[in-house]
Amino acid sequence: MPLLEVEGLKAFYGQTQALYDVNFSLEPGGITTLLGANGAGKTTTLRAICGMVRAAGTIKFEGQPITGKATEDIVRLRVGHVPEGRGTFTNLSVEENLRVAAYTRKDQAAVARDLDMVFEYFPLLKQRLGQQAGTLSGGEQQMLAISRALMLSPRLMLLDEPSFGLAPMIVQEIFRIMRRINAEAKVSMLLVEQNAALALDLADHAYVLETGRVVMSGKASVVKNDEAIRKSYLGY
Amino acid sequence: MEQLIQQVAAGLANGAIYACLALALVMIFVSTDHINFAQGNLAMFSAYLVWQFLQWGLNFWLALPIVVVISFIIGVAIERFILRPLHDAPVLSIVVVFIGLLTIFFSLAGAIWGHTINAFPSPFPKFNFPGAAYFGPHQIGMILTTIVLLLLLFAFFRFTPLGLAMRAAAQNPASARLAGVRVDWMLALGWGLAAAIGAVAGTLVAPVVYLEPNMMASILLYGFAGALIGGISSPGGAVAGGFIVGVLENLISYFGDVVQNLTGLYIIGNGEKLSVALLIVITVLTLKPAGLFGRVSVKRV
Repeated sequence: MPLLEVEGLKAFYGQTQALYDVNFSLEPGGITTLLGANGAGKTTTLRAICGMVRAAGTIKFEGQPITGKATEDIVRLRVGHVPEGRGTFTNLSVEENLRVAAYTRKDQAAVARDLDMVFEYFPLLKQRLGQQAGTLSGGEQQMLAISRALMLSPRLMLLDEPSFGLAPMIVQEIFRIMRRINAEAKVSMLLVEQNAALALDLADHAYVLETGRVVMSGKASVVKNDEAIRKSYLGY
Repeated sequence: MEQLIQQVAAGLANGAIYACLALALVMIFVSTDHINFAQGNLAMFSAYLVWQFLQWGLNFWLALPIVVVISFIIGVAIERFILRPLHDAPVLSIVVVFIGLLTIFFSLAGAIWGHTINAFPSPFPKFNFPGAAYFGPHQIGMILTTIVLLLLLFAFFRFTPLGLAMRAAAQNPASARLAGVRVDWMLALGWGLAAAIGAVAGTLVAPVVYLEPNMMASILLYGFAGALIGGISSPGGAVAGGFIVGVLENLISYFGDVVQNLTGLYIIGNGEKLSVALLIVITVLTLKPAGLFGRVSVKRV
C-alpha cells in the first residue's frame, strides 16, 4: 500500500484555484520530490496534504482518507511538515521549540530518545538550547524546523524549500543530513525544491508540476536526463 | 512622611487590583491580539456571584473557587460561541462585540441584583502585625493574592506542556498547528484564564469600592494603564505596571495636596486621579509603545 496517495487534488485560496488535478503517490521509505516553477503549486500541494488550504479530491495517508481534516489531526497521524519560511517560534527558546513539537506525544521515554537523535544529527542545536530561537541564523533555523518535524516521530516528512535563502555549504550539509534521516530513521520524505538539481540528486522519484497539474513523473535519474527538464529546470 | 508612606501603601494595595486586571487583559491580548473591554464588567459579574453565594450562607473560601471555575467556563464559552464565529471579522466588529458584552454583563447584574450599592465583607481576618499602621489586613491580602496569582501563572506557562503550547499558539499559530496543538482551544483557554483572574480581581476589590454594577468602570481604566505601562504582551510587566499606576495615582494626588497646603494653589487632587490614568496611557502610547517591560521581538531575516 502506498504511504500517501493523492488523486484529483484541487486546492483554492479564496476564489482562486491553485491546483487543478494533481495525482501522485508515495511509496514508504523513499524520497520523492515535486518540481516546478514559481506558482506551479508545489507549496500548495504540501499545504493541501496538511489541511492548511481548502482542498477537494482524495488524499489518503496509509490508506486513510484525510482530505478536509484539521491540520492538528493530520499531524497526529505522524505527518511532519517543515513549512516554507521555517515556521520558527521566534520568542521561544530552542529547547521550547523542540518540546512544543513533541506536545502530542505521551511516550516520554521515546521523546527523550528522539531528542538525543536530533542532537546527533544537529549537534549545533544542543549548544543553543537556551537561546531564543529567533536569534538563530537561517541555516540553524532550518535545522530547527527539520528537528521539530522529527520530534513528532513522523512517518512522512513534508519539506518545503529547505534550501531557501541558505549558503550552498549549509544547503549541502542539510541535504546530507536529510539523506541520513531518511535512511536511518526510516522517514519517508516529500520534498519541494526550487533547486531542481539538488532535489533530483537526493530523491528517488520526481513529479513535475505546471500550473496546478502534474505534467511528468518518473524515477529521479530518468527525469534528470529528460531533455525538456534539463532545459527548463536545470539550466543546461 | 507618615502620610506619604500611607499613600504609597494604599497605592500598592490598589495597584494589586490593577495588576490582576492588567494580567487578565494581557492573557487575552497575548493569545488573540484583542483588548477585552468587557473584562472589567465580567469581573464585576463574578464578584456578584461570590456575593450571592455568601448570601446563601456559603463560606467565602468555598465560594471563591466555585466562582473562579464558573468564570473560567463563562470565559471559554464567550470565546467558543461568540468570538469563534467572528474568526475572520475585522477588528472593529470585535470591538463592537466587546462593548456589547460590556453592556450585557452590566445590565444582567443590574437586572438580577439591582443597582443599589452593597457592602462586601473582606475575607481576610483582622490581625496585628508590624506595619499595621500603613497596611490594613485586606490590603495585605490583595497584594499577596496578586503575587501568588502571578507566580502560579508563571509556573503554568514556564513549566507545563499546556502552558508551553499556549505560548506557542499565541506566537505562531500556523507552526503550532503543525506541532499538533489545537490552537482554537488554546484561545478559549486564554479567555477562561482571563475570566478566572478577573473573578479574583473583582472579588478582592469589591470590599474597597463596594459592590455595584458600575464598580469596575474606572478600575478597568487603571488596569488598562497598568498593562500598557508594563508592555501589553508581558504578564510580569502588567503586574509591575499595575503596581506602578496604583502608587503613581496616590502620589500625584498627595503631592497635589502638599502644593495646595504650601501655596494655596489647587493643581491636582483626588478628583483628577482618573485623568492621571488616561495621561499615563497617552504618554506610554506616544513615547514607548512597547511599554517598559514589553519585549520587541528579535528577528533575523
